[in-house]
Amino acid sequence: MRTTAALLCTVLMATAHAADHEEAARARALAEELRCLVCQNQTIADSHAPLAVDLRKQIDRQIADGKSDREIVSYMTDRYGEFIVYRPPFNATTFLLWCGPFLLLAFGALIAWRVVAGRRRAPAPLSDAERQRARRLLE
Amino acid sequence: MIRLRYAAPLAALVLLAFLLWRGLALDPREVPSPLVGKPAPAFTLPLLESGAGGKSFSPSDMRGKVWLLNVWASWCVACREEHPVLVELAKSGVVPIVGLNYKDEPEAARGWLARFGNPYMKSAVDADGKVGIDYGVYGVPETYLIDAEGVIRFKQIGPVTPRIVEERIRPLLPPAPPKGPTS
Repeated sequence: MRTTAALLCTVLMATAHAADHEEAARARALAEELRCLVCQNQTIADSHAPLAVDLRKQIDRQIADGKSDREIVSYMTDRYGEFIVYRPPFNATTFLLWCGPFLLLAFGALIAWRVVAGRRRAPAPLSDAERQRARRLLE
Repeated sequence: MIRLRYAAPLAALVLLAFLLWRGLALDPREVPSPLVGKPAPAFTLPLLESGAGGKSFSPSDMRGKVWLLNVWASWCVACREEHPVLVELAKSGVVPIVGLNYKDEPEAARGWLARFGNPYMKSAVDADGKVGIDYGVYGVPETYLIDAEGVIRFKQIGPVTPRIVEERIRPLLPPAPPKGPTS
C-alpha cells in the first residue's frame, strides 16, 4: 500500500514537472516570436527591457490560465499591432513584403533568360555591302 | 531598343534613391497603434493625489468629454521635456488632462509634480504597468486623445510638443464654448 502511494506520488510529481517543462518551453517559443518594442531588434525572450519582462510575465500567466498560443499572440497584436510579431501575417498590406522577393527573382530571371536567348541566336548573315567592307578592312 | 537599355537602369536607380531617401525620414520607433479608432480600454486605478482616500479613476468617468490621457513617470527623462507643454495646455483650459503614472514610486511622482507643476486633473497609479500593456504603451511618455464616446482618436508616442498640440490635438477638440453669460 505504502509503495503504491509512493509510486503514485512520484508519477504525479513527474507529470506535474513535465507539464511545467512543457509550459516553459511554450512560453519561451512564444517570447521568441514576439518583438520587443523598446529595443526593436530583439525578441521579448532576449530583451532585458522592463516591458519585455512584463510581457514575458503576461505570457506565463496566460499559459497558466490555459490560453492558446493564438489567443496570446492576438492579445499582443491587439495592443501593440502586427509589428510585434516577427513573422507578419499574410494579408493585403504585407503582400509585397512576402511576395516581393519572389517577384523580383522572377523579373531578374526573365531578363537573364532574354539576354541569354538573344546571345544564342545566330547572327544574321552579312549583306553583300557588309561583306565587301569586311574584306576591305582585312586586306 | 538601345535607348531602353540605358533608360531602364537609370529609372531603377532614381526610384531606388527616392525610396531610400524617403526611408531616412521615417522613424522606426513610431509604431502605428492598433488602438486608434477603438474604444479606450477600461480600467479602475487608485489616484496618486495624497489624501485621495481610496478614490479611483476610470476612463468612463470622462464620458461626454474630449480628454487627454498622458502616460508619465518621474524616472522618464523625455517626460520632463514635455512637461512645460502640458502645463501650458492645462492652463489654457481647452482640454482636461488625466495622468497615468506608469511604474513609478508614488512618493517620487508626487515630489515630481510638486517641483515641476501639476497639469493633471487627476493622476491614476499604474504601479505594475498592467494598464500600460492594455494601452500598448512601450515608451513613456505617450499621450492618447479620447473623444466624448470614449474612443481613442489620436496617439502621440514620445513627448508632446507645441507643434503636436497645434497640428494634431487642437483640430480634434470640440469648439470652445461661448464665453460670457448665456441666457
